Amino acid sequence: MLNSYRFRKFKDNAAYVFCLLCVVVAVIPLISIIFEVIARGVPQLSLHFLTANGLEGGIGPAIQGTLILIGLTSLLGIPVGIMSGFYLAEFGGNKYASAMRTINDILTEFPSIVVGITAFSIVVVGITGSFSPLAGAVALSFIMIPIIARTTEESLKLVPTSVREAALALGLHKWKTIFRIVLPTAGQGLVTGTLLAIARIAGETAPILLTIMGNTYFFQSFSQPMDALPLRVFLNSRQPSPEAQAQAWGAALVLILIVLALNICVRIASRSRLKK
Amino acid sequence: MRISLASDAIFKVATGVLVASAAVILFSTLYVLSTGSIIVLQRFGLGFFTGINWNPVEGRESFGVLPYILGTLVTSSIALLIGVPLSLGIAIFLAEMAPKAIRVPVSYLIELLAAVPSVIFGLWGLFVLRFWVLNYIEKPVSAHLGWVSIFSGTPFGLDLFTAGIILAIMIIPTVASISRDVIGAFPDYIREAAYGIGATKWEVIRHWVLSYGRSGILGAIILGLGRAIGETMAVTMVIGNAVGPNAMPTSLFQPGQTLPSLIANGFLEAPTPLEKAAYMGAGLVLLLISLLINIVAHIMVSRVLKVKGGAVE
Repeated sequence: MLNSYRFRKFKDNAAYVFCLLCVVVAVIPLISIIFEVIARGVPQLSLHFLTANGLEGGIGPAIQGTLILIGLTSLLGIPVGIMSGFYLAEFGGNKYASAMRTINDILTEFPSIVVGITAFSIVVVGITGSFSPLAGAVALSFIMIPIIARTTEESLKLVPTSVREAALALGLHKWKTIFRIVLPTAGQGLVTGTLLAIARIAGETAPILLTIMGNTYFFQSFSQPMDALPLRVFLNSRQPSPEAQAQAWGAALVLILIVLALNICVRIASRSRLKK
Repeated sequence: MRISLASDAIFKVATGVLVASAAVILFSTLYVLSTGSIIVLQRFGLGFFTGINWNPVEGRESFGVLPYILGTLVTSSIALLIGVPLSLGIAIFLAEMAPKAIRVPVSYLIELLAAVPSVIFGLWGLFVLRFWVLNYIEKPVSAHLGWVSIFSGTPFGLDLFTAGIILAIMIIPTVASISRDVIGAFPDYIREAAYGIGATKWEVIRHWVLSYGRSGILGAIILGLGRAIGETMAVTMVIGNAVGPNAMPTSLFQPGQTLPSLIANGFLEAPTPLEKAAYMGAGLVLLLISLLINIVAHIMVSRVLKVKGGAVE
């Protein structure tokens, strides 16, 4: 009876329904998050809200701070990450490289709060002597470097060996082959990887909580506390006043728009790559 | 000619030095945390790992991280209990069942879930999910099963259980996407052979695909566990932030604390060097747990996906 065809067919259908339900259950939070952020965030939006400083009830310093952090972190993280990826992809056969690859992989799964403590101890205590954009950028670049190294390696490896060999056979040197032939071929993969890494660090909160501390005023100097969107969301969500909490939703809306815009750019870029 | 040859060597050395930056970050983190926590480890010794007090008052200082280690384990276990079956269901659906037309958009939605910043999960958890959990799960459970010790206490919505639920949602993209890749690596000829002897789709999945991908899926689950253990902001915002003996996880419906949320809450306000060192010590424990978990996970995942890479190339 238990092995009858009808019962086996029933189990098959039940499994299908269960798996479909899993998808539905997982998508509900996503839809709810997007819905709530829009429903509670849009009423906050105004030119004043986006440009005024914290004392006047705006999130201008937070938006400015997030853009500064993205810029500074990219300056530190992208060159180091991409060069690391070059090494792993082009010279990655030896023991040294595979050890570095493993460490890099482990670093991508690092608890981000721990990275914050490291940047706090090295930069805030040791270098700037105060919470600073610099410390925030160092903390975020610790997160960015392993991600970019990884995606760079993967996209360089997609370039067929025959292309490399053809370039080398024509007498090009290895580094010229990499920069003039491999890099342009793998370029789009690098761009999407970098954009995803930027989207990731734009939303990171734990490391900057310990390194930039927050500020109600606009950027002052590279060695003074600064504000950022994720930090503003967190700090305002803990305040008892409904106005502050409403501002947290407004800041969350701006943050999620930045992150989603970057993700959609990636989607479009990778789709056009697939079409080629 | 000679100059160009040298430029090749320079390029190799320069990138070879930069690739070590990951190792520099890892070891400087280990160095910072161990030197930073040394005074608290010397003073309390093993008591730092087994103590439950968190008392910064001078003359009566006492720091122990046991409640936060347990809190981390409890919330991560809830996350796995709820998140893993959901993730496997999604992975199976995407790899084996879904028609092509909906496979791409659904994968995209799951990836989007990974893109949502954790502070926004926290905000949503604090103002939305908290009330769902409180009204539809905690209140009914507490009314009927309140006599069971893990459900005791008056539910408030900001507790270990809510933190576990939000972690379950957050690990879904990690576990589901790696499991989907692992399932996708299952060779078609075995699948066809299984259909050939009359197996239904579910039987093929259960008896062949899942057992073939066992170690990879286990690796994916462990990576999800690593993510749940290290997650900071979303947990900090919904867990209720108890400190000291109150943070011992006796009931799921009471405020608790995990290692990351402890650090996020108190690190900056720590008044004395000894308390700061205690937070560093908590960071060290967190780092060691997470290193162990990630190394195990990477070994398991790479073992499976390398086979796939070998077959494809």
